[in-house]
Amino acid sequence: MQDFGAAFGLAFHLLAGMDAELVEIVGLSLRVTFAAVFVSCAIGLPLGALLAVSRFPGRQVLVVLFNTLMGLPPVVVGLLVYMMLSNAGPLGVLRLLYTPSAMIIAQAILVTPIIIALSRQVIEDLNNEYSEQFRSLVVPFPRAIAALLWDARFTLVTVALAGFGRAVAEVGAVIIVGGNINHVTRVMTTAIALETSKGDLALALALGLVLLIIALGVNIAAQLLKSTARRRAYA
Amino acid sequence: MLEASALRAANHRVEEAPAPLPAAERNPLVVRGLVFETPRQRIIDGVDLELPDNRLTVLMGPNGAGKSVLLRLLHGLLTPSAGTILWNGKPPDGRTRRSQAMVFQAPVLLRRSVLSNLRFALGLRGLGCSRREMLSLLGMLGLEPLADRPARLLSGGEQQRLCLARALALRPEVLLLDEPCANLDPASVLMIEEALMKARAAGTKIILVTHDLFQARRVAERIVFLHRGRIAEISPAESFFDTAGSPEARSYMEGRILV
Repeated sequence: MQDFGAAFGLAFHLLAGMDAELVEIVGLSLRVTFAAVFVSCAIGLPLGALLAVSRFPGRQVLVVLFNTLMGLPPVVVGLLVYMMLSNAGPLGVLRLLYTPSAMIIAQAILVTPIIIALSRQVIEDLNNEYSEQFRSLVVPFPRAIAALLWDARFTLVTVALAGFGRAVAEVGAVIIVGGNINHVTRVMTTAIALETSKGDLALALALGLVLLIIALGVNIAAQLLKSTARRRAYA
Repeated sequence: MLEASALRAANHRVEEAPAPLPAAERNPLVVRGLVFETPRQRIIDGVDLELPDNRLTVLMGPNGAGKSVLLRLLHGLLTPSAGTILWNGKPPDGRTRRSQAMVFQAPVLLRRSVLSNLRFALGLRGLGCSRREMLSLLGMLGLEPLADRPARLLSGGEQQRLCLARALALRPEVLLLDEPCANLDPASVLMIEEALMKARAAGTKIILVTHDLFQARRVAERIVFLHRGRIAEISPAESFFDTAGSPEARSYMEGRILV
């Protein structure tokens, strides 16, 4: 219990002193996560909207598939990306293994199905409300998609935040494809795993606290957005 | 319909360029043997209807008579199970709908400001409209002070008036309204009816669904009475309210429940 208290004390000391190593790890984590979420949203939001509005054979199969992929095991994704990017793999020539780019790819693969599945649900609900009016107004398909995405923007930001939450806390995939190399691919979650195994609980706890603060910040942002949207009657 | 065609043919012979049709002849509607059914129920059951002129037509009938479904069929939002609908001799499609506008019973508005809702609809038709023109249109329906408010914050009556303003902004040749005044206060009803009268005077063909007898008396020039998916009666409004010809319409006006 005493060790636990001491570790907390050290953690706060590291945080308050803006320890250089800690700042570097947190910075890389945020960079990788933001990039992965950005890529996932760029792919996932239009796909989710298309899936919500279009009717074609096999659509229901795709809906079930993306819902299932929301629970993709990170280590499996890590392994697949590792095999793709390793020297013997089809994308080995890109030499991305053990780089932040590989971590971004792995996280994007994990987050994109979440963005597609959740945005599909959000847009489909909105489309149920708008579709008859859009048909009456003869709204062209691309314009309808754009209008739905724009009108659902507040809810879609919370979808992106859900993806962010998943990515920032992820460890299995990034440790496989990033390798947890100091000053290169070490992020918060992989550092926590390493420091814990080494017995350096102070740094692990400090990183854990930062992760918790980020998660808290994400949830506060989501709540603020929801209440703002409701206040402005856009929800 | 045939007379109009003959008149048009005669005009072609006399003049080099075809003269535009007078407002009263535009958008004749002909419906033949119209049926709409679901696996469980036949909702529209063999409707024949001709609305050759632009007299304001009110579709009346008890709940479940098929009024709203008929309106959606006429607008091309539903596909008939059998029969034909011809606007100007053509079945309803995207092109027809571009010359029409429909106001639904439940207002459907984008999650944007009042003005942005108008701007969105106008943009679809490539219609330019300055802020002042839009404000003037909103003013006609008592919405000018609310122009920059989020549309979904408006009251039910205001939302419905905005839907009508959006429809009118498109300058439709045909305006279809599905119980636009249901559950509205008298002031909103009055503003909507005044706007409809102005549109009617400007030559817009209006088909209004209502089961409000008082409203029908105020605005209708022709009544189409529906019962169980069939047309029980088509009459000029004056004669309908004086001496309705069909037993269904008489029962309805006497307040007896129709089943």
